Amino acid sequence: MRAFTQHQGIVAPMDRSNVDTDMIIPKQFLKSIKRTGFGPNLFDELRYLDEGKPDQDCSNRPLNPDFVLNQQRYKSASVLLARTNFGCGSSREHAPWALDDYGFRVIIAPSFADIFYNNCFKNGLLPIVLEEEVVDKLFRETEETEGYQLTVDLETKTVITPSGESFSFEVDDFRRHCLLNGLDDIGVTLEDAETIRAYESSRRKTAPWLFNAGN
Amino acid sequence: MAGKTLYDKLWDDHLVKQRDDGSALIYIDRQLLHEVTSPQAFEGLRLAGRKPWRVDANIATPDHNVPTTDRDKGIDGIVDPVSRTQVETLDKNCDEFGILEFKIKDQRQGIVHVIGPEQGATLPGMSIVCGDSHTSTHGAFGCLAHGIGTSEVEHVLATQCLVQKKMKNMLVRVNGTLGTGVTGKDVVLAIIGKIGTAGGTGYAIEFGGEAIRGLSMEGRMTICNMSIEAGARVGMVGVDDTTIEYVKGRPFSPEGETWDKAVEYWRTLHTDDDAVFDKVVELDGAAIQPQVSWGTSPEMVVGVDSAVPDPEKEADPIKREGIVRALKYMGLQPNQKITDIKLDRVFIGSCTNSRIEDLREAAAVVKGRKVAAGLKQAMVVPGSGLVKAQAEREGLDKVFIEAGLEWRDPGCSMCLAMNADKLGQGEHCASTSNRNFEGRQGFGGRTHLVSPAMAAAAAVTGHFIDVRELLN
Repeated sequence: MRAFTQHQGIVAPMDRSNVDTDMIIPKQFLKSIKRTGFGPNLFDELRYLDEGKPDQDCSNRPLNPDFVLNQQRYKSASVLLARTNFGCGSSREHAPWALDDYGFRVIIAPSFADIFYNNCFKNGLLPIVLEEEVVDKLFRETEETEGYQLTVDLETKTVITPSGESFSFEVDDFRRHCLLNGLDDIGVTLEDAETIRAYESSRRKTAPWLFNAGN
Repeated sequence: MAGKTLYDKLWDDHLVKQRDDGSALIYIDRQLLHEVTSPQAFEGLRLAGRKPWRVDANIATPDHNVPTTDRDKGIDGIVDPVSRTQVETLDKNCDEFGILEFKIKDQRQGIVHVIGPEQGATLPGMSIVCGDSHTSTHGAFGCLAHGIGTSEVEHVLATQCLVQKKMKNMLVRVNGTLGTGVTGKDVVLAIIGKIGTAGGTGYAIEFGGEAIRGLSMEGRMTICNMSIEAGARVGMVGVDDTTIEYVKGRPFSPEGETWDKAVEYWRTLHTDDDAVFDKVVELDGAAIQPQVSWGTSPEMVVGVDSAVPDPEKEADPIKREGIVRALKYMGLQPNQKITDIKLDRVFIGSCTNSRIEDLREAAAVVKGRKVAAGLKQAMVVPGSGLVKAQAEREGLDKVFIEAGLEWRDPGCSMCLAMNADKLGQGEHCASTSNRNFEGRQGFGGRTHLVSPAMAAAAAVTGHFIDVRELLN
């Protein structure tokens, strides 16, 4: 996995709550058997005026001029500012894959849905929870200042604004450790293979029905 | 010391290692696989040169992409080449790694969350995962079951463990008895309406109370299924006679002495009387009306006797804007009566409501009636080949067909429209599925979530109606 230590980038404001993963990447694009290539279809139904199809060249599709990511000033955004319960609904990891493929590295919101939040960390994408008032303030500053950038430091767990104001955020130690070092967490778990085997053989004795291969 | 909740017990029984940093390794007894969220996981295994840790813990089936017609053609019946590749990839991966798969032509094929319980592959007390958020369904059996992403599918394949942090405990207690025509679906929609789509975020929800105890396993599965729509990855119900009765005699269920030993353990899978929950929510079961969602989030739901809300009456500006946006998308007016919403299609199916009891409830309503003239389509999609066969033994297929509903083959179908079954732009659908998100059932489609009985009532009248008026 790609490591994440520090990132500075343009902020795009996604001003709606309960953004679900169907909205982030609609179902027709889930038919791919790859992890990459979802960027052009990120927010497909909001971003384009027509219905998107898999494997389609998106460069000539009609864009929805009202959609935030279609505005010139947010074209190279890599930090997504969002509202409550971002990423709710389906567990599809295609959602963080699409955000990543588009070029986002950080998502900031007052709250995230559990599965989506978890999926981000597996893909070098950092979801940051900040207080609602702070997020409101960042929305205001982003909209007021073209080219508004934020700096995110995972080492110190801080978000720094252009004026030097700094907000700290929480992140689990294990997730932070894996992200900072770009660790493959399967490899980390397999360091405990002996412990897993011991648990398993004890369960085989006490609960043999869990190992029934069917009749 | 206070007693343990059901979730505490399941957590402790599956804890392989508690790490110093607060994370833990949880052992996974069963993984269910389908074609959409597994190909990248298998590819990951191959690239890293890894093998599945315990092959027999996995069961696979294609469900999201499968057509619900022409199934005698097998994989050749899948017209869309991209869908077909995904199903073929699942077959290839399962063959290569030796994983049991109910392939497209197998009668045991079906929606993963229907076939697990049907096969007894879902047993009380198990930890179960699947790359699908509706895995919470299996919590109805007193299981620790949750949806995971594809990276975690690969992690479980490779290690039989999941890295987790313990969640908080929430009890949703539904008191009293449910009225006639009020089902598990109405209960869970009412719960989501009350606590909101983020109300359960960070919690494992246990559903309890007299109304839940009185439900069949099908009803309990419907409720646990939609825990995720309340924000909770995990939903569950304690084990009782209803659970044990359901599990008995299924292909993967234990027998003889092992059965007795298992039952003895399963009887312990309930919350202790003196256990303490972090949060408790109570509902009066007798007050729950048949529910209909009007908006683009499952929390946007009301009783069938109510009206579409008026955004002017909402004080919170973000919520108000959400209502305005939803009404625009849904093509509805503020204060419009729910029973005045006209429908284009009706869908009875999905992992929420495609089991035999659901089909029986729908058939009871349409029996002797006809699909309303203005409707473009009303379809019934059983959850598995075995559900379909059972329904046909009971003559339910004839009831549906005589009433003018289409009787299809099993799969996820129009719940998420990854196959050919979908809504057209602007069409209103009474759907027994679980999500009414924008575009979920087709580009520009408008979904109203209801119970099978309510969907059936809508099919024969062409608009929403309190199903109890037809049952009397």
